[in-house]
Amino acid sequence: MAKRIDVKDLDIYYGSFRAVEGVTMSIEPRSITALIGPSGCGKSTFLRSLNRMHEVIPGARVSGSVLLDGQDLYGAGIDPVSVRRHVGMVFQRPNPFPTMSIYENVVAGMRLNGGRGVRKAEMDGIVEGALQGANLWNEVKDRLDRPGSSLSGGQQQRLCIARAIAVKPDVLLMDEPCSALDPISTLAIEDLMDQLKKDYTIVIVTHNMQQAARVSDRTGFFNIAGTGKPGKLIEMDETSTMFSTPSVQATEDYISGRFG
Amino acid sequence: MTTPATTQVGGPLDQGPPAEPRIGSRNRTGDKIFSGTATAAGITILVTLAGIAAFLLYEGFPALVAPAEDVPGGEGFWPYVQPLLFGTVLAAVIALVIAAPLSIGIALFISHYAPRRVAAPLGYLVDLLAAVPSVVYGLWGIFFLAPQLVPVFRWLEQTLGFLPFFAGPTSATGRTMLTAGIVLAVMILPIMSGVNREVFLQTPRLQEEAALALGATRSEMIRMTVLPFARSGMVSGAMLGLGRALGETLAVALVLSPAAVISFNLIGSTNSSTIAANIALNFPESSGLAVNTLIATGLVLFTLTFVVNFIARAVVARRKDFSGANA
Repeated sequence: MAKRIDVKDLDIYYGSFRAVEGVTMSIEPRSITALIGPSGCGKSTFLRSLNRMHEVIPGARVSGSVLLDGQDLYGAGIDPVSVRRHVGMVFQRPNPFPTMSIYENVVAGMRLNGGRGVRKAEMDGIVEGALQGANLWNEVKDRLDRPGSSLSGGQQQRLCIARAIAVKPDVLLMDEPCSALDPISTLAIEDLMDQLKKDYTIVIVTHNMQQAARVSDRTGFFNIAGTGKPGKLIEMDETSTMFSTPSVQATEDYISGRFG
Repeated sequence: MTTPATTQVGGPLDQGPPAEPRIGSRNRTGDKIFSGTATAAGITILVTLAGIAAFLLYEGFPALVAPAEDVPGGEGFWPYVQPLLFGTVLAAVIALVIAAPLSIGIALFISHYAPRRVAAPLGYLVDLLAAVPSVVYGLWGIFFLAPQLVPVFRWLEQTLGFLPFFAGPTSATGRTMLTAGIVLAVMILPIMSGVNREVFLQTPRLQEEAALALGATRSEMIRMTVLPFARSGMVSGAMLGLGRALGETLAVALVLSPAAVISFNLIGSTNSSTIAANIALNFPESSGLAVNTLIATGLVLFTLTFVVNFIARAVVARRKDFSGANA
């Protein structure tokens, strides 16, 4: 559970194009780290490199290292599939499996992890635990056999969180998890993140600076010098410091809205 | 800008400011043309189907009510059509059993496994197979495939002879029901893999990423997202293929030497013919009630195809709530 991440001199390439350059950062366990920055600055690409999801695009590669409690995720012989079983992810838009029921959605990851032999009663317990962990249990306990797509957007996103935490990952990555949700659902997810950080290391990408200020312990600011240039980590600090007295002018410009 | 015609109530002074264009004006010509064309096309297909059904009923009816001894074969219509119906279904089922997994495999390879520069030409090649005329497939079946299959059939008879399908004795020419089924499978492969490939490519990227992010391997991702999402599309593809297999005439007529039997022996020399092949073979020499009989068998084939399609629709609709269309 809840491991720390140390990124050293990470460059991310798509083919010959360098999308992200020279990121070094530490992400503490049992905390929420927010990544902010303008569109195209590489923060989502960086996030996806933490569970090697960026590799779904052909030609993607990295140099540098990402250590999960000291183990290099890009070390020789490391299977990206097993990396993703330890580093879960929640996406920008809710994406429950439409052909599966709510129950099946939650256990989908476990079935992959060789959980076919798990007894029904045990499985039920895990489903209830994950749905309670995602603050969704009371809303869906009477219709677990209904399709996941029958839920509202906010509920679907919490279902996706339940699906991600059902496999007990070490880290939970969230890529703008609230950008498709209304303010009430957003609040529900933010509350949930606050509870989840007791057990998980959470990294969230967000375009909403108030959200970053509300939920995160530390904030990293990414920026890009111009189109076609690689994104860089400009500054990273305690969230309160970042939003009151950032040490780099560009950060202050972006946070105060004086930016392009 | 056009000025709408106004009725004048008072004098010229009452005219007021020019009327604004009315909201919700119904003057959408393009829309009307579009909906009219679409409706006309929809009606055309219904009229065509109804016309075919009416023709088959009208021309086939005399055979259905004729005294048994007047119908070719001398035993009445149902005994006449039964072996043909059996042969039709058997050949089509063999074709489908072979082509369904193969087409899914081909489509998955093109959509999810092959590198892009291999996938595109390969897809093109498979599409080209659909353009080969069926008579060519029939000739290929007789002159190439059948002789090649004889040793395979012998082996099947020796090792799996306890199954009724491979009871033997093996046909010396190789022109058997199984050969016809294989030729049909090759014929329906392009349309089925084409449809499957297209629906596999439609799988939402977000779904695939959801599976991968949970730690799914590529094959697990395909089983979790691509195949369930494509379910109704795959059934549609199979129905298109089955429709072609049920109605295919020339290839079967060339490959099979027909007999009026019902036999599950797929590798023997006596094989039931199919409805379509039987019509093609016998029509030129028929007259009078024999023609009505052949048309009535056509009616049976028409009905069979309909029933198969309805069943397929029902299968697709059964879990509508869970279809990928809600994604």
